[in-house]
Amino acid sequence: MANLTVEAIELTRLYGGRAAVSDVTFQLQQGQVLGFLGPNGAGKSTTMKMLTGNLAPSAGSVKICGIDMMEHPKQAKALIGYLPEMRPLYKEFTVDEYLTIAARLHQVPSGQIKKAVAHAKERCGLTHMSKRLIENLSNGYQQRVGIAQAIIHNPMVVILDEPTVGLDPIQIRDIRALIKEIGQAHSVIVSTHILPEVEMVCDHVQIIDKGQLVFNGGIDVLKQQRIGNKLLVGLRHPPEAAALRAIPGVTAVEAIDGLWRVQFAEGAQPHEAIAQAAVAQQWGLYHLAPDQTSLEDVFVQLTYHDAATDAPAKAA
Amino acid sequence: MFNIARKELKSMFASPMGWVILAVLAAIFGNYFANGVTNYLEVASGAIRPAERVGITQFVSQTVYGSASFIMLFAVPLLSMRLIAEERRSQTLPFLFSAPLSITDIVVGKFLGLLIFLSTLILYIGFMLTTLNLWSDIDFGYILANTLGLFMLVGSFCALGIYFSSLTSQPIIAGILSFIALFILMILDRFFAADPTSVVLQFSLMKHFQSFANGLIDTGDIAYFALFVTTFLTLTIRRLDADRLRG
Repeated sequence: MANLTVEAIELTRLYGGRAAVSDVTFQLQQGQVLGFLGPNGAGKSTTMKMLTGNLAPSAGSVKICGIDMMEHPKQAKALIGYLPEMRPLYKEFTVDEYLTIAARLHQVPSGQIKKAVAHAKERCGLTHMSKRLIENLSNGYQQRVGIAQAIIHNPMVVILDEPTVGLDPIQIRDIRALIKEIGQAHSVIVSTHILPEVEMVCDHVQIIDKGQLVFNGGIDVLKQQRIGNKLLVGLRHPPEAAALRAIPGVTAVEAIDGLWRVQFAEGAQPHEAIAQAAVAQQWGLYHLAPDQTSLEDVFVQLTYHDAATDAPAKAA
Repeated sequence: MFNIARKELKSMFASPMGWVILAVLAAIFGNYFANGVTNYLEVASGAIRPAERVGITQFVSQTVYGSASFIMLFAVPLLSMRLIAEERRSQTLPFLFSAPLSITDIVVGKFLGLLIFLSTLILYIGFMLTTLNLWSDIDFGYILANTLGLFMLVGSFCALGIYFSSLTSQPIIAGILSFIALFILMILDRFFAADPTSVVLQFSLMKHFQSFANGLIDTGDIAYFALFVTTFLTLTIRRLDADRLRG
Protein backbone atom coordinates (compact mmCIF):
# COMPACT_ATOMS: atom_id res chain seq x y z
CA MET A 1 0.00 0.00 0.00
CA ALA A 2 1.41 3.34 -1.00
CA ASN A 3 1.48 6.43 1.20
CA LEU A 4 -0.38 5.32 4.27
CA THR A 5 -0.98 8.44 6.32
CA VAL A 6 -3.02 7.11 9.21
CA GLU A 7 -2.94 3.63 10.64
CA ALA A 8 -5.04 2.74 13.64
CA ILE A 9 -4.36 -0.72 14.92
CA GLU A 10 -6.83 -2.34 17.31
CA LEU A 11 -7.50 0.89 19.16
CA THR A 12 -9.24 0.28 22.46
CA ARG A 13 -10.17 2.73 25.15
CA LEU A 14 -11.67 1.74 28.46
CA TYR A 15 -13.41 4.09 30.84
CA GLY A 16 -13.65 2.37 34.18
CA GLY A 17 -14.02 -1.06 32.63
CA ARG A 18 -16.54 0.06 29.98
CA ALA A 19 -15.13 0.11 26.49
CA ALA A 20 -15.81 3.45 24.81
CA VAL A 21 -13.92 2.28 21.76
CA SER A 22 -12.94 -1.30 21.14
CA ASP A 23 -10.74 -2.85 18.50
CA VAL A 24 -11.01 -0.12 15.91
CA THR A 25 -8.65 -0.81 13.04
CA PHE A 26 -8.40 1.19 9.84
CA GLN A 27 -6.03 2.75 7.39
CA LEU A 28 -6.08 5.91 5.39
CA GLN A 29 -4.05 6.80 2.32
CA GLN A 30 -2.82 10.10 1.06
CA GLY A 31 -5.45 11.95 -0.90
CA GLN A 32 -8.42 10.35 0.81
CA VAL A 33 -11.22 11.89 2.82
CA LEU A 34 -12.62 9.65 5.50
CA GLY A 35 -16.05 10.28 6.95
CA PHE A 36 -16.68 9.20 10.48
CA LEU A 37 -20.31 8.51 11.27
CA GLY A 38 -22.06 7.36 14.36
CA PRO A 39 -24.81 8.21 16.82
CA ASN A 40 -24.09 10.31 19.90
CA GLY A 41 -21.75 8.65 22.34
CA ALA A 42 -20.60 6.06 19.82
CA GLY A 43 -16.93 6.86 20.35
CA LYS A 44 -16.21 9.14 17.40
CA SER A 45 -14.62 11.88 19.44
CA THR A 46 -12.78 9.41 21.65
CA THR A 47 -11.25 7.80 18.58
CA MET A 48 -10.23 11.18 17.23
CA LYS A 49 -8.68 12.13 20.56
CA MET A 50 -6.62 8.98 20.44
CA LEU A 51 -5.55 9.60 16.85
CA THR A 52 -4.29 13.05 17.78
CA GLY A 53 -2.52 11.98 20.96
CA ASN A 54 -4.87 13.81 23.29
CA LEU A 55 -5.86 10.57 24.93
CA ALA A 56 -3.74 7.49 25.48
CA PRO A 57 -5.33 4.31 24.14
CA SER A 58 -5.80 1.48 26.63
CA ALA A 59 -4.56 -0.89 23.94
CA GLY A 60 -3.55 -0.71 20.32
CA SER A 61 -1.50 1.88 18.52
CA VAL A 62 -1.67 4.80 16.13
CA LYS A 63 0.80 5.51 13.38
CA ILE A 64 0.88 8.77 11.47
CA CYS A 65 2.86 8.42 8.23
CA GLY A 66 4.60 5.46 9.81
CA ILE A 67 5.54 7.30 13.00
CA ASP A 68 4.19 5.77 16.19
CA MET A 69 2.17 8.24 18.26
CA MET A 70 3.20 6.61 21.54
CA GLU A 71 6.90 6.40 20.86
CA HIS A 72 7.53 9.65 19.01
CA PRO A 73 4.63 11.89 19.93
CA LYS A 74 6.33 15.14 18.91
CA GLN A 75 7.14 14.05 15.36
CA ALA A 76 3.74 12.42 14.91
CA LYS A 77 1.83 15.42 16.24
CA ALA A 78 3.73 17.74 13.91
CA LEU A 79 2.01 15.97 10.99
CA ILE A 80 -1.51 16.46 12.33
CA GLY A 81 -3.92 19.36 12.33
CA TYR A 82 -6.80 18.85 14.74
CA LEU A 83 -10.03 20.68 15.37
CA PRO A 84 -11.68 19.24 18.49
CA GLU A 85 -15.40 19.25 19.09
CA MET A 86 -15.09 22.25 21.39
CA ARG A 87 -13.20 24.94 19.52
CA PRO A 88 -9.93 25.60 21.32
CA LEU A 89 -9.89 29.37 20.84
CA TYR A 90 -8.23 31.95 23.04
CA LYS A 91 -10.90 34.58 22.93
CA GLU A 92 -8.78 37.45 24.20
CA PHE A 93 -6.67 37.42 21.02
CA THR A 94 -7.37 38.74 17.56
CA VAL A 95 -7.59 36.32 14.65
CA ASP A 96 -4.09 37.25 13.48
CA GLU A 97 -2.55 36.90 16.92
CA TYR A 98 -4.20 33.55 17.51
CA LEU A 99 -3.16 32.11 14.16
CA THR A 100 0.39 33.36 14.65
CA ILE A 101 0.55 31.54 17.98
CA ALA A 102 -0.87 28.41 16.35
CA ALA A 103 1.73 28.59 13.58
CA ARG A 104 4.54 29.10 16.08
CA LEU A 105 3.42 26.20 18.27
CA HIS A 106 3.28 23.97 15.21
CA GLN A 107 6.88 24.81 14.36
CA VAL A 108 6.29 26.81 11.23
CA PRO A 109 9.68 28.49 10.51
CA SER A 110 9.53 32.07 11.76
CA GLY A 111 10.19 33.51 8.30
CA GLN A 112 7.10 31.81 6.89
CA ILE A 113 4.65 32.50 9.69
CA LYS A 114 3.17 35.59 8.07
CA LYS A 115 2.68 33.77 4.81
CA ALA A 116 1.14 30.74 6.53
CA VAL A 117 -1.29 32.93 8.48
CA ALA A 118 -2.33 34.84 5.36
CA HIS A 119 -2.78 31.62 3.42
CA ALA A 120 -4.88 29.97 6.14
CA LYS A 121 -7.06 33.05 6.43
CA GLU A 122 -7.58 33.16 2.71
CA ARG A 123 -8.55 29.51 2.55
CA CYS A 124 -11.09 29.90 5.33
CA GLY A 125 -12.43 33.26 4.16
CA LEU A 126 -11.19 35.15 7.20
CA THR A 127 -9.05 37.82 5.56
CA HIS A 128 -11.39 40.69 6.38
CA MET A 129 -11.62 39.57 10.04
CA SER A 130 -7.87 39.73 10.76
CA LYS A 131 -7.94 42.44 13.41
CA ARG A 132 -11.13 41.38 15.16
CA LEU A 133 -11.07 39.80 18.61
CA ILE A 134 -12.13 36.17 18.40
CA GLU A 135 -14.54 36.81 21.25
CA ASN A 136 -16.53 39.21 19.04
CA LEU A 137 -16.82 36.90 16.05
CA SER A 138 -20.00 35.04 15.25
CA ASN A 139 -20.27 31.33 15.85
CA GLY A 140 -19.62 30.49 12.21
CA TYR A 141 -16.56 32.67 11.96
CA GLN A 142 -15.19 31.19 15.18
CA GLN A 143 -15.59 27.79 13.59
CA ARG A 144 -13.63 29.01 10.58
CA VAL A 145 -10.84 30.21 12.86
CA GLY A 146 -10.83 26.73 14.38
CA ILE A 147 -10.41 25.18 10.94
CA ALA A 148 -7.74 27.73 9.97
CA GLN A 149 -5.84 26.77 13.11
CA ALA A 150 -5.92 23.11 12.07
CA ILE A 151 -4.54 23.65 8.56
CA ILE A 152 -2.05 26.44 9.25
CA HIS A 153 1.06 24.26 9.23
CA ASN A 154 -0.04 22.42 6.12
CA PRO A 155 -0.26 19.07 7.91
CA MET A 156 -0.32 15.66 6.24
CA VAL A 157 -3.41 14.64 8.16
CA VAL A 158 -6.26 16.97 9.05
CA ILE A 159 -8.72 15.74 11.65
CA LEU A 160 -11.92 17.71 12.04
CA ASP A 161 -14.50 16.85 14.67
CA GLU A 162 -17.88 18.01 13.37
CA PRO A 163 -16.53 20.94 11.35
CA THR A 164 -19.82 22.20 9.94
CA VAL A 165 -21.73 22.57 13.19
CA GLY A 166 -23.16 26.04 13.59
CA LEU A 167 -22.45 27.23 10.06
CA ASP A 168 -24.94 28.68 7.62
CA PRO A 169 -25.61 26.79 4.36
CA ILE A 170 -23.25 28.95 2.29
CA GLN A 171 -20.45 28.55 4.78
CA ILE A 172 -21.09 24.83 4.92
CA ARG A 173 -20.66 24.71 1.14
CA ASP A 174 -17.39 26.64 1.41
CA ILE A 175 -16.07 24.40 4.14
CA ARG A 176 -16.99 21.28 2.19
CA ALA A 177 -15.14 22.63 -0.83
CA LEU A 178 -12.19 23.36 1.44
CA ILE A 179 -12.21 19.84 2.86
CA LYS A 180 -12.26 18.43 -0.66
CA GLU A 181 -9.38 20.67 -1.65
CA ILE A 182 -7.26 19.64 1.33
CA GLY A 183 -8.20 16.04 0.69
CA GLN A 184 -6.60 16.08 -2.72
CA ALA A 185 -3.06 16.54 -1.43
CA HIS A 186 -3.38 15.31 2.15
CA SER A 187 -5.65 13.12 4.19
CA VAL A 188 -8.71 14.32 6.01
CA ILE A 189 -10.82 12.66 8.67
CA VAL A 190 -14.18 14.30 9.28
CA SER A 191 -16.78 13.30 11.81
CA THR A 192 -20.34 14.34 11.29
CA HIS A 193 -23.99 13.61 11.90
CA ILE A 194 -25.05 14.90 8.52
CA LEU A 195 -25.32 12.06 6.05
CA PRO A 196 -25.51 13.98 2.75
CA GLU A 197 -22.33 15.74 3.81
CA VAL A 198 -20.51 12.44 3.96
CA GLU A 199 -21.73 11.61 0.49
CA MET A 200 -20.55 14.95 -0.85
CA VAL A 201 -17.04 15.16 0.56
CA CYS A 202 -15.87 11.71 1.56
CA ASP A 203 -14.28 8.86 -0.38
CA HIS A 204 -14.44 6.48 2.51
CA VAL A 205 -16.98 6.01 5.22
CA GLN A 206 -16.79 4.45 8.61
CA ILE A 207 -19.75 3.95 10.80
CA ILE A 208 -19.03 3.42 14.44
CA ASP A 209 -21.55 2.35 17.02
CA LYS A 210 -21.03 1.59 20.69
CA GLY A 211 -17.30 1.78 20.17
CA GLN A 212 -17.25 -0.78 17.39
CA LEU A 213 -16.69 -0.32 13.71
CA VAL A 214 -19.85 -1.56 12.00
CA PHE A 215 -19.14 -0.38 8.48
CA ASN A 216 -15.90 0.45 6.76
CA GLY A 217 -15.78 0.92 3.03
CA GLY A 218 -15.88 3.17 0.02
CA ILE A 219 -18.55 5.74 -0.45
CA ASP A 220 -19.66 3.88 -3.61
CA VAL A 221 -20.88 0.98 -1.55
CA LEU A 222 -22.93 3.30 0.58
CA LYS A 223 -24.19 5.26 -2.42
CA GLN A 224 -25.43 2.10 -4.01
CA GLN A 225 -27.34 1.35 -0.88
CA ARG A 226 -28.64 4.89 -0.87
CA ILE A 227 -30.13 4.67 -4.32
CA GLY A 228 -31.14 1.26 -3.11
CA ASN A 229 -34.00 -0.84 -4.28
CA LYS A 230 -36.91 1.28 -3.19
CA LEU A 231 -39.26 3.56 -5.10
CA LEU A 232 -41.62 6.20 -3.83
CA VAL A 233 -44.83 6.16 -5.84
CA GLY A 234 -47.56 8.76 -5.56
CA LEU A 235 -51.01 7.81 -6.88
CA ARG A 236 -54.17 9.92 -6.89
CA HIS A 237 -56.48 6.94 -7.07
CA PRO A 238 -54.49 4.28 -5.28
CA PRO A 239 -55.48 0.67 -5.85
CA GLU A 240 -55.22 -2.13 -3.32
CA ALA A 241 -51.68 -2.82 -2.15
CA ALA A 242 -52.01 -6.29 -3.63
CA ALA A 243 -52.43 -4.81 -7.11
CA LEU A 244 -49.09 -3.01 -6.78
CA ARG A 245 -47.40 -6.06 -5.42
CA ALA A 246 -48.62 -8.03 -8.42
CA ILE A 247 -46.35 -5.99 -10.71
CA PRO A 248 -43.35 -8.14 -11.69
CA GLY A 249 -40.20 -7.44 -9.68
CA VAL A 250 -41.96 -5.80 -6.74
CA THR A 251 -41.37 -7.59 -3.44
CA ALA A 252 -43.07 -5.39 -0.86
CA VAL A 253 -45.37 -2.38 -0.65
CA GLU A 254 -46.08 -0.09 2.27
CA ALA A 255 -48.07 3.12 2.57
CA ILE A 256 -46.39 6.20 3.99
CA ASP A 257 -47.98 9.68 4.18
CA GLY A 258 -50.12 9.24 1.06
CA LEU A 259 -47.23 7.80 -0.92
CA TRP A 260 -46.34 4.19 -1.49
CA ARG A 261 -42.93 2.81 -0.83
CA VAL A 262 -42.31 0.02 -3.27
CA GLN A 263 -39.46 -2.37 -2.71
CA PHE A 264 -38.19 -4.35 -5.64
CA ALA A 265 -35.83 -7.25 -6.04
CA GLU A 266 -32.11 -6.71 -6.57
CA GLY A 267 -31.45 -5.99 -10.25
CA ALA A 268 -35.13 -5.65 -11.21
CA GLN A 269 -36.27 -2.40 -12.86
CA PRO A 270 -40.03 -2.17 -12.25
CA HIS A 271 -40.20 1.58 -12.93
CA GLU A 272 -41.68 1.27 -16.39
CA ALA A 273 -44.04 -1.52 -15.40
CA ILE A 274 -45.42 0.61 -12.58
CA ALA A 275 -45.90 3.58 -14.88
CA GLN A 276 -47.60 1.47 -17.51
CA ALA A 277 -49.88 -0.19 -15.00
CA ALA A 278 -50.77 3.20 -13.55
CA VAL A 279 -51.68 4.58 -16.97
CA ALA A 280 -53.60 1.50 -18.02
CA GLN A 281 -55.67 1.34 -14.85
CA GLN A 282 -55.91 5.13 -14.31
CA TRP A 283 -54.33 5.26 -10.85
CA GLY A 284 -53.40 8.91 -11.44
CA LEU A 285 -49.63 8.64 -11.17
CA TYR A 286 -48.00 11.95 -10.07
CA HIS A 287 -44.78 10.88 -8.35
CA LEU A 288 -42.25 8.20 -9.15
CA ALA A 289 -38.81 8.55 -7.68
CA PRO A 290 -36.08 6.57 -5.92
CA ASP A 291 -36.48 6.58 -2.15
CA GLN A 292 -33.96 9.23 -1.07
CA THR A 293 -34.03 8.57 2.64
CA SER A 294 -32.36 5.24 2.34
CA LEU A 295 -28.91 6.48 3.40
CA GLU A 296 -30.42 7.26 6.74
CA ASP A 297 -32.04 3.86 6.62
CA VAL A 298 -28.69 2.25 5.97
CA PHE A 299 -27.30 4.13 8.92
CA VAL A 300 -30.18 3.20 11.17
CA GLN A 301 -30.09 -0.39 9.99
CA LEU A 302 -26.40 -0.73 10.62
CA THR A 303 -26.49 0.82 14.06
CA TYR A 304 -29.83 -0.58 15.13
CA HIS A 305 -29.01 -4.04 13.87
CA ASP A 306 -25.91 -4.01 15.97
CA ALA A 307 -27.88 -3.03 19.04
CA ALA A 308 -30.31 -5.88 18.46
CA THR A 309 -27.59 -8.50 18.19
CA ASP A 310 -25.76 -6.94 21.10
CA ALA A 311 -28.62 -7.14 23.57
CA PRO A 312 -28.94 -10.93 23.77
CA ALA A 313 -25.18 -11.24 23.99
CA LYS A 314 -25.18 -9.03 27.07
CA ALA A 315 -28.11 -10.82 28.63
CA ALA A 316 -26.41 -14.18 28.22
CA MET B 1 8.72 25.79 25.40
CA PHE B 2 9.62 29.42 24.72
CA ASN B 3 6.69 29.67 22.35
CA ILE B 4 4.39 28.74 25.21
CA ALA B 5 6.08 31.28 27.47
CA ARG B 6 5.63 33.88 24.75
CA LYS B 7 1.99 32.99 24.38
CA GLU B 8 1.42 33.29 28.14
CA LEU B 9 3.11 36.68 28.26
CA LYS B 10 1.03 37.84 25.36
CA SER B 11 -2.18 36.69 26.95
CA MET B 12 -1.27 38.40 30.24
CA PHE B 13 -0.71 41.67 28.43
CA ALA B 14 -3.79 41.17 26.25
CA SER B 15 -6.09 41.54 29.24
CA PRO B 16 -6.32 44.58 31.51
CA MET B 17 -5.66 42.25 34.45
CA GLY B 18 -1.93 42.02 33.76
CA TRP B 19 -1.49 45.76 33.34
CA VAL B 20 -3.55 46.56 36.43
CA ILE B 21 -1.57 44.18 38.61
CA LEU B 22 1.73 45.54 37.32
CA ALA B 23 0.62 49.12 37.88
CA VAL B 24 -0.77 48.52 41.36
CA LEU B 25 2.29 46.59 42.51
CA ALA B 26 4.65 49.17 41.08
CA ALA B 27 2.75 51.89 42.93
CA ILE B 28 2.84 49.97 46.20
CA PHE B 29 6.55 49.24 46.00
CA GLY B 30 7.24 52.84 45.03
CA ASN B 31 5.38 54.00 48.12
CA TYR B 32 7.28 51.67 50.41
CA PHE B 33 10.50 52.91 48.84
CA ALA B 34 9.58 56.57 49.36
CA ASN B 35 8.52 55.89 52.95
CA GLY B 36 11.74 54.02 53.61
CA VAL B 37 13.86 56.93 52.44
CA THR B 38 11.87 59.44 54.47
CA ASN B 39 11.93 57.34 57.62
CA TYR B 40 15.63 56.66 57.34
CA LEU B 41 16.60 60.20 58.18
CA GLU B 42 14.41 60.21 61.27
CA VAL B 43 15.56 56.83 62.52
CA ALA B 44 19.21 57.46 61.72
CA SER B 45 19.25 60.72 63.61
CA GLY B 46 17.60 59.00 66.58
CA ALA B 47 20.13 56.17 66.67
CA ILE B 48 22.83 57.19 69.07
CA ARG B 49 24.64 53.94 69.84
CA PRO B 50 26.78 52.67 66.92
CA ALA B 51 25.10 49.23 67.04
CA GLU B 52 21.76 50.79 66.15
CA ARG B 53 23.10 52.46 63.06
CA VAL B 54 22.31 50.67 59.82
CA GLY B 55 23.19 51.68 56.26
CA ILE B 56 20.58 53.21 54.03
CA THR B 57 20.73 50.22 51.65
CA GLN B 58 19.84 47.82 54.39
CA PHE B 59 17.23 50.06 55.94
CA VAL B 60 15.33 50.82 52.74
CA SER B 61 15.78 47.35 51.26
CA GLN B 62 14.32 45.71 54.34
CA THR B 63 11.22 47.84 54.04
CA VAL B 64 10.79 47.22 50.31
CA TYR B 65 11.73 43.53 50.08
CA GLY B 66 9.95 42.69 53.32
CA SER B 67 6.75 44.10 51.92
CA ALA B 68 7.41 42.68 48.43
CA SER B 69 7.59 39.09 49.69
CA PHE B 70 4.31 39.58 51.47
CA ILE B 71 2.53 41.36 48.61
CA MET B 72 3.64 38.75 46.08
CA LEU B 73 1.80 36.26 48.26
CA PHE B 74 -1.41 37.93 47.09
CA ALA B 75 -0.33 38.79 43.57
CA VAL B 76 1.02 35.43 42.40
CA PRO B 77 -2.12 33.35 43.06
CA LEU B 78 -4.13 35.99 41.19
CA LEU B 79 -1.96 35.51 38.12
CA SER B 80 -1.16 31.82 38.39
CA MET B 81 -4.72 30.65 39.01
CA ARG B 82 -5.78 31.00 35.40
CA LEU B 83 -2.73 29.37 33.81
CA ILE B 84 -4.16 25.88 33.47
CA ALA B 85 -7.59 26.11 35.11
CA GLU B 86 -8.72 28.66 32.54
CA GLU B 87 -7.53 26.48 29.66
CA ARG B 88 -9.36 23.57 31.16
CA ARG B 89 -12.55 25.58 31.52
CA SER B 90 -12.52 26.98 28.01
CA GLN B 91 -11.44 23.60 26.61
CA THR B 92 -8.31 24.92 24.96
CA LEU B 93 -5.98 22.28 26.36
CA PRO B 94 -6.37 20.04 23.26
CA PHE B 95 -4.90 22.90 21.25
CA LEU B 96 -1.68 22.59 23.25
CA PHE B 97 -1.80 18.80 23.55
CA SER B 98 -2.13 18.26 19.81
CA ALA B 99 0.70 20.64 18.99
CA PRO B 100 4.13 19.01 18.75
CA LEU B 101 4.99 19.77 22.38
CA SER B 102 5.62 17.53 25.34
CA ILE B 103 3.66 18.17 28.51
CA THR B 104 6.94 19.22 30.13
CA ASP B 105 7.30 21.92 27.45
CA ILE B 106 3.79 23.16 28.17
CA VAL B 107 4.17 23.29 31.96
CA VAL B 108 7.69 24.73 32.03
CA GLY B 109 6.72 27.20 29.30
CA LYS B 110 3.80 28.45 31.34
CA PHE B 111 5.96 28.68 34.43
CA LEU B 112 8.60 30.67 32.57
CA GLY B 113 5.99 32.99 31.09
CA LEU B 114 4.65 33.89 34.52
CA LEU B 115 8.11 34.20 36.02
CA ILE B 116 9.28 36.53 33.24
CA PHE B 117 6.18 38.64 33.76
CA LEU B 118 6.89 38.98 37.49
CA SER B 119 10.61 39.44 36.91
CA THR B 120 9.87 42.83 35.40
CA LEU B 121 8.63 43.84 38.85
CA ILE B 122 11.61 42.35 40.62
CA LEU B 123 13.99 44.15 38.30
CA TYR B 124 11.98 47.31 38.77
CA ILE B 125 12.48 47.09 42.53
CA GLY B 126 16.18 46.48 42.02
CA PHE B 127 16.52 49.55 39.79
CA MET B 128 14.53 51.64 42.22
CA LEU B 129 16.95 50.82 45.01
CA THR B 130 20.01 51.47 42.86
CA THR B 131 18.82 55.04 42.36
CA LEU B 132 19.89 55.58 46.00
CA ASN B 133 23.40 55.47 44.62
CA LEU B 134 22.89 59.03 43.39
CA TRP B 135 23.07 60.34 46.96
CA SER B 136 25.14 57.81 48.78
CA ASP B 137 27.34 54.76 48.36
CA ILE B 138 25.14 51.72 48.50
CA ASP B 139 25.83 48.06 49.03
CA PHE B 140 25.16 46.45 45.64
CA GLY B 141 25.87 42.95 46.92
CA TYR B 142 23.10 43.33 49.45
CA ILE B 143 20.62 44.37 46.76
CA LEU B 144 21.76 41.54 44.51
CA ALA B 145 21.19 38.97 47.25
CA ASN B 146 17.75 40.39 47.97
CA THR B 147 16.81 40.42 44.29
CA LEU B 148 17.92 36.83 43.89
CA GLY B 149 16.05 35.85 47.02
CA LEU B 150 12.86 37.52 45.88
CA PHE B 151 13.23 35.93 42.45
CA MET B 152 13.56 32.47 44.00
CA LEU B 153 10.66 33.10 46.35
CA VAL B 154 8.41 34.28 43.52
CA GLY B 155 9.51 31.29 41.43
CA SER B 156 8.38 28.97 44.22
CA PHE B 157 5.06 30.81 44.49
CA CYS B 158 4.54 30.40 40.73
CA ALA B 159 5.35 26.68 40.74
CA LEU B 160 2.91 26.03 43.56
CA GLY B 161 0.31 28.25 41.90
CA ILE B 162 0.56 26.32 38.63
CA TYR B 163 0.16 23.04 40.45
CA PHE B 164 -3.06 24.14 42.13
CA SER B 165 -4.23 25.58 38.84
CA SER B 166 -3.83 22.17 37.21
CA LEU B 167 -6.03 20.50 39.82
CA THR B 168 -9.28 22.23 39.03
CA SER B 169 -11.18 23.87 36.21
CA GLN B 170 -12.23 26.82 38.36
CA PRO B 171 -9.57 29.54 38.44
CA ILE B 172 -11.01 31.06 41.61
CA ILE B 173 -10.72 27.81 43.52
CA ALA B 174 -7.17 27.39 42.29
CA GLY B 175 -6.38 30.92 43.42
CA ILE B 176 -7.81 30.46 46.90
CA LEU B 177 -6.14 27.08 47.39
CA SER B 178 -2.73 28.31 46.33
CA PHE B 179 -3.10 31.39 48.50
CA ILE B 180 -3.90 29.27 51.54
CA ALA B 181 -1.05 26.85 50.83
CA LEU B 182 1.44 29.67 50.32
CA PHE B 183 0.24 31.47 53.42
CA ILE B 184 0.76 28.38 55.56
CA LEU B 185 4.24 27.86 54.10
CA MET B 186 5.06 31.50 54.75
CA ILE B 187 4.06 31.65 58.40
CA LEU B 188 5.21 28.17 59.31
CA ASP B 189 8.28 29.61 61.01
CA ARG B 190 6.10 31.74 63.30
CA PHE B 191 4.18 28.71 64.53
CA PHE B 192 7.28 26.75 65.30
CA ALA B 193 9.42 29.65 66.42
CA ALA B 194 9.60 28.23 69.97
CA ASP B 195 11.61 25.21 68.80
CA PRO B 196 14.40 26.29 66.43
CA THR B 197 15.50 22.69 65.82
CA SER B 198 12.11 21.56 64.51
CA VAL B 199 12.13 19.82 61.12
CA VAL B 200 8.90 21.54 60.12
CA LEU B 201 10.75 24.82 60.30
CA GLN B 202 12.87 23.76 57.37
CA PHE B 203 9.80 23.80 55.13
CA SER B 204 9.05 27.43 55.75
CA LEU B 205 9.59 29.57 52.66
CA MET B 206 10.15 32.62 54.84
CA LYS B 207 12.99 31.04 56.78
CA HIS B 208 14.90 30.39 53.56
CA PHE B 209 14.13 33.83 52.22
CA GLN B 210 15.46 35.35 55.45
CA SER B 211 19.10 34.58 54.72
CA PHE B 212 18.83 36.27 51.32
CA ALA B 213 17.17 39.21 53.03
CA ASN B 214 20.19 39.48 55.33
CA GLY B 215 22.44 39.65 52.28
CA LEU B 216 23.63 36.06 52.45
CA ILE B 217 23.52 33.90 49.31
CA ASP B 218 23.44 30.39 50.74
CA THR B 219 23.58 27.43 48.34
CA GLY B 220 21.47 25.48 50.81
CA ASP B 221 18.64 27.96 50.40
CA ILE B 222 19.07 28.05 46.63
CA ALA B 223 18.85 24.26 46.62
CA TYR B 224 15.69 24.43 48.72
CA PHE B 225 13.96 26.79 46.30
CA ALA B 226 15.15 24.84 43.27
CA LEU B 227 13.81 21.64 44.79
CA PHE B 228 10.55 23.33 45.67
CA VAL B 229 10.05 24.53 42.10
CA THR B 230 11.05 21.18 40.57
CA THR B 231 8.73 19.26 42.89
CA PHE B 232 5.65 21.28 42.05
CA LEU B 233 6.38 21.46 38.32
CA THR B 234 6.83 17.69 38.27
CA LEU B 235 3.56 17.23 40.14
CA THR B 236 1.84 19.46 37.56
CA ILE B 237 3.29 17.47 34.67
CA ARG B 238 2.12 14.25 36.32
CA ARG B 239 -1.33 15.74 36.82
CA LEU B 240 -1.68 16.72 33.14
CA ASP B 241 -0.26 13.41 32.02
CA ALA B 242 -2.93 11.69 34.06
CA ASP B 243 -5.51 13.64 32.05
CA ARG B 244 -4.16 12.12 28.90
CA LEU B 245 -3.99 8.63 30.34
CA ARG B 246 -7.29 8.54 32.19
CA GLY B 247 -9.23 10.99 30.08
